[in-house]
Amino acid sequence: MFIRKLSKAMLAVGAFVLAGCEGGVLDPKGQVGMDEKHLIVVATLLMLIVVIPVIFMTLYFAWKYRDGRDHEIYAPKWAHSKTIEIVVWLIPIVIVIVLGIITWNSTHDLDPYKPLEHDAKPITVQVVSLDWKWLFIYPEYGIASVNELAFPTNVPVNFKITSDTAMNSFFIPQLGSQIYSMAGMATKLHLIANEPGTFKGISANYSGAGFAGMKFNAIATPTADDFDAWVTKVKQQGSPLNVQQYKQLAKKSENNPVQYYGSVQQGMFNYIVMQYMHPDSNMKSMGSMSGMEDMEGMHDMGNMKGMDHAQHMQHMQHMKDMDADQTHSSTEQSSIASGEAE
Amino acid sequence: MSIAIQADLHMAHSHEHEHHDTSGNTLFGFWIYLMTDCILFASVFATYAVLFMNTDGGVSGKDIFELDFVLIETAALLVSSITYGVAMICAKHQKKAATLGWLLITFALGCVFIGMEVYEFHHLIEHGNGPDRSAFLSAFFALVGMHGLHVTAGLIWMLIMMVEVLTTGLTNRSVTRLSCLSLFWHFLDIVWVCVFTVVYLLGAL
Amino acid sequence: MSFLGKITLESIPYHEPIIMVTLAVVGVIGLIIAALITKHQKWGILWHDWITSVDHKKLGIMYILLALIMLIRGFSDAIMMRTQQALATNGAAGYLPPEHYDQIFTAHGVIMIIFMAMPFMIGLMNLVLPLQIGARDVAFPFLNNLSFWLTASGAVLINISLGLGEFAKTGWVAYPPLSELAYSPGVGVDYYIWALQISGIGTTLTGVNFIATVLKMRAPGMKLMQMPIFTWTCTWANILIVASFPILTAVLGLLTLDRYLDFHFFTNDGGGNAMMYINLFWAWGHPEVYILILPAFGIFSEVISTFTSKRLFGYSSMVWASGAISILGFIVWLHHFFTMGSSANVNAFFGVMTMVIAVPTGVKLFNWLFTIYRGRLRITVPVLWTLGFMVTFTIGGMTGVLLAVPGADYVLHNSLFLIAHFHNTILGGAVFGYMAGFAFWFPKAMGFHLNERLGKASFWCWQIGFYVAFMPLYVLGFMGMTRRINHTDNPAWNFWIYFAAVGAFIILAGIILQFVQLYVSFRDRQQNLDTTGDPWNGHTLEWSTSSPPQCYNFATLPHVSDIDAFTDMKEKGQAYQRAQKYQPIHMPKNTASGIFMAACITAVGFAAIWHIWWLAIVGFISAFVLFLVRAYDSDVDYYVQPKDVALIENAHLDNVAANLTNLARG
Repeated sequence: MFIRKLSKAMLAVGAFVLAGCEGGVLDPKGQVGMDEKHLIVVATLLMLIVVIPVIFMTLYFAWKYRDGRDHEIYAPKWAHSKTIEIVVWLIPIVIVIVLGIITWNSTHDLDPYKPLEHDAKPITVQVVSLDWKWLFIYPEYGIASVNELAFPTNVPVNFKITSDTAMNSFFIPQLGSQIYSMAGMATKLHLIANEPGTFKGISANYSGAGFAGMKFNAIATPTADDFDAWVTKVKQQGSPLNVQQYKQLAKKSENNPVQYYGSVQQGMFNYIVMQYMHPDSNMKSMGSMSGMEDMEGMHDMGNMKGMDHAQHMQHMQHMKDMDADQTHSSTEQSSIASGEAE
Repeated sequence: MSIAIQADLHMAHSHEHEHHDTSGNTLFGFWIYLMTDCILFASVFATYAVLFMNTDGGVSGKDIFELDFVLIETAALLVSSITYGVAMICAKHQKKAATLGWLLITFALGCVFIGMEVYEFHHLIEHGNGPDRSAFLSAFFALVGMHGLHVTAGLIWMLIMMVEVLTTGLTNRSVTRLSCLSLFWHFLDIVWVCVFTVVYLLGAL
Repeated sequence: MSFLGKITLESIPYHEPIIMVTLAVVGVIGLIIAALITKHQKWGILWHDWITSVDHKKLGIMYILLALIMLIRGFSDAIMMRTQQALATNGAAGYLPPEHYDQIFTAHGVIMIIFMAMPFMIGLMNLVLPLQIGARDVAFPFLNNLSFWLTASGAVLINISLGLGEFAKTGWVAYPPLSELAYSPGVGVDYYIWALQISGIGTTLTGVNFIATVLKMRAPGMKLMQMPIFTWTCTWANILIVASFPILTAVLGLLTLDRYLDFHFFTNDGGGNAMMYINLFWAWGHPEVYILILPAFGIFSEVISTFTSKRLFGYSSMVWASGAISILGFIVWLHHFFTMGSSANVNAFFGVMTMVIAVPTGVKLFNWLFTIYRGRLRITVPVLWTLGFMVTFTIGGMTGVLLAVPGADYVLHNSLFLIAHFHNTILGGAVFGYMAGFAFWFPKAMGFHLNERLGKASFWCWQIGFYVAFMPLYVLGFMGMTRRINHTDNPAWNFWIYFAAVGAFIILAGIILQFVQLYVSFRDRQQNLDTTGDPWNGHTLEWSTSSPPQCYNFATLPHVSDIDAFTDMKEKGQAYQRAQKYQPIHMPKNTASGIFMAACITAVGFAAIWHIWWLAIVGFISAFVLFLVRAYDSDVDYYVQPKDVALIENAHLDNVAANLTNLARG
């Protein structure tokens, strides 16, 4: 009777837990998140092969060999058994080998830097973490938004992420992986939403007083048209974003409302990254890592030292279409930097 | 150098049984301490290796290192290790005056080294190439400066030991301490060889 | 520059009622304790027998006392965090504004790891290790005293931050650039730096001291592979200390240069690289968690083999498994930041390496199981902690391996899942181990038993409270809740947040019961004296001494020929032998140099935090002069004379003999 009641209660709790996970990482709405959920389930089940017997044996042995049960065999000097030793080394080794293979493969499959394989043409979003809000720049559309991110469903999104403050982590739990945002470099993340919806986005790395309010909505629009409508809305409602306004935006603020910028000055993201990167040091690293056109781009940036910001941005205007290359070079820089850190 | 260390260790052992002597433990403990110091240096070396390209538009190693100057500095420190070794041999043979003499020479050579380093730092800072200029210079000043602080500590220790030997002679205690200082001094020499190679030679290339 | 540096009246947080009330309570308690000491005229004993003591057993007790005091502080922080999160749901602000809440979680982490777990571990090691290897003290007794006071010095600084200025608002890892001057201009990070730096140097010295002790001071006949398993795991931990703490010293030093002298190691500008800090920090931080857990593994091994009245199963497996864990512990640090953007190869390598650690750890669990197998397990308080650990830690290990899979970590990193995991291992692993060790060796240290019933009650509160407090965090992690947020706005989370808060209060009951247990046991100590020195029928040499042991530990150094040295002696009838003639025993004298030097260093740290440069210079020079005075003090040792030794030993052995006959009769 008791056991039946207990199992009913357990079921109820289980159902409650599962229901509670709605909206989290166990309720993914995109391919990356789904793969990661699958990985979590498989790895957990594999480990339970050892974990459940160990817990069971602990309780069973403690009960069976407790003091006073004199009918049980007592072997005070027995302290070695080759067979047992081999078995207890082998079981974990086998499981870790299996898990290791899964880990190796899944890490390569789920590499946040790897572009997703998909028929649709990806869109690029440049992400900047600020004190304490997120700025999303759409270089292909020349618009930007604060604390609201939109993209069409079933279209891969290529994120280029940087920070103009302390380190944060860009994370939309229901879509999958997160990546740190760090000043002076750009990290990459590739996500996709396979179902339309509005998903919660956060910073997953503490960055100071207003950190808890660094939330945004990630809207996966049902169709491309809906997304275009959103872009139009931003263009119409938003003010322009130039260096002066960016400086204003970058000032500390908490629980920022959603803001739109209808036009964004060319090269804004690079400007933000390059504030902290000095051209000469990049020249060195670039030389070995990327092609000449990048170096030229960097060189141009290098000559800007000493200009005031207006001149700086003017100069940037001249460098039409440098945007993509620039982004490319700054991500190269980041991989160099993390390579060094390793 | 290793001969000198062996001599030190040998000597510590030969006195072991006098009166509950713990010089063996002391030397061994000091060895382990040196291992921790080694890791301290390794961490700062690693930092230097990561940051030496980050010149932030400022000078790089090639621009500021004067190998001739550093070579003299290096020679002073290397020779001081040899003279310290001689001092230890004298101490082992209970030759007080000779020990003091060689310690004094070692001390002077150490002062030459530190003096040259201070000059170099001063020169750099004067020309706007202080540690606040770039990450490269931060790492350079920290690594070379940390070694310099160690050498300075060694010099102060040496001064104290000279006073001890002068007043109480080459007792078991003072010889154990001289042996520890010997380990320390040779260790700093080895670290400097690494600094010279990694920072100056590779940096000037 | 003013005489008091940056200190102004505004540095005192008198507008914060919580802090002011806390300070008042601490002040009152301090006065009461001082009054009690005065009333019972114990100042002399406190000074001569404890504060200035170089005796490893007394230092061990003082370390544990420090750990318990800091446990109260750290746990208060935990309760405040849990209640804040419970009150700040649905967008409510709660009662702790971010500038206070952020200090609390930082302080909680720093205190629990550096000033609770570490002193607890080092305290138990001090208390037991020299006894287990049949030594009369550690290799460098004065250094041991100094190490303790340096640790205490760090604890003092972190507590001063409560009433003067602020503590860091960066999280216990103090990642730059957040911890740089640009984003943390206050004194909080400076308190963090100096508290950790000073206590870290103390810990490094402890590591040096105990490695020398183990390698140079073992009893005659004791081979390395005959050392008790706790000594072995402590030795691995000490090797880790010596190999990893200098990295902490270095990284804190570099951060200091950034903050004080405008260097550019980790700043955003000037070419700095914050990732370098994160790598170096975890190159220390990961070995650090093994420093905490390995001695706990040793304690469980001792407890299980003692209370099953059986040899430890697979001794050499255990030794090598610990060694493997120590070495592997150095090549896994990158798993703390898979989300930094390293290449897939790098992440995969560190992920797989982390999993490999599960192998030796799993072997240890199986070895404990097979130690219980065919034993006679006495269910005592230490055994309860051990069994609780084996179940809890297995779960924590599993979630740890899960986090080691980079693909899983990409969604679980920094979430409450991670918080649940490391509490599962550090609390359910290390701290449970220390609790087991505390109950196990308490009679040895103090000479009387702990109250068993209250001990069991406390254990169950901890155990149940642990699951109630931390299982919800796993769920919350899956639900996408990240760490270090001071308010939430997601109704789905509320239930689990309240649930966890209840758990924290159940653990609080466990802690209160432990203090009640201490009080009751002390009150009834006369009825619960440990007269033989061997209350559990122990295996190792510490049980061959009286409880508490004499200052010289062993009147004649034991000759060891077995892993379970004392069991071996008892079986061969060599235990409790009276010597024909005792030799004079050479002992170090107590000294006040340690506490005075540490006081000067504390002043240096305090002065550096507040930029009171004259005080920093005076403190440093004073410490150096004190060191010289100590170095040239020749009055540092004495001999216990044979007739005194004989008197003490005969009294003890008479006592043992009487008890053994009683036992035989009864």
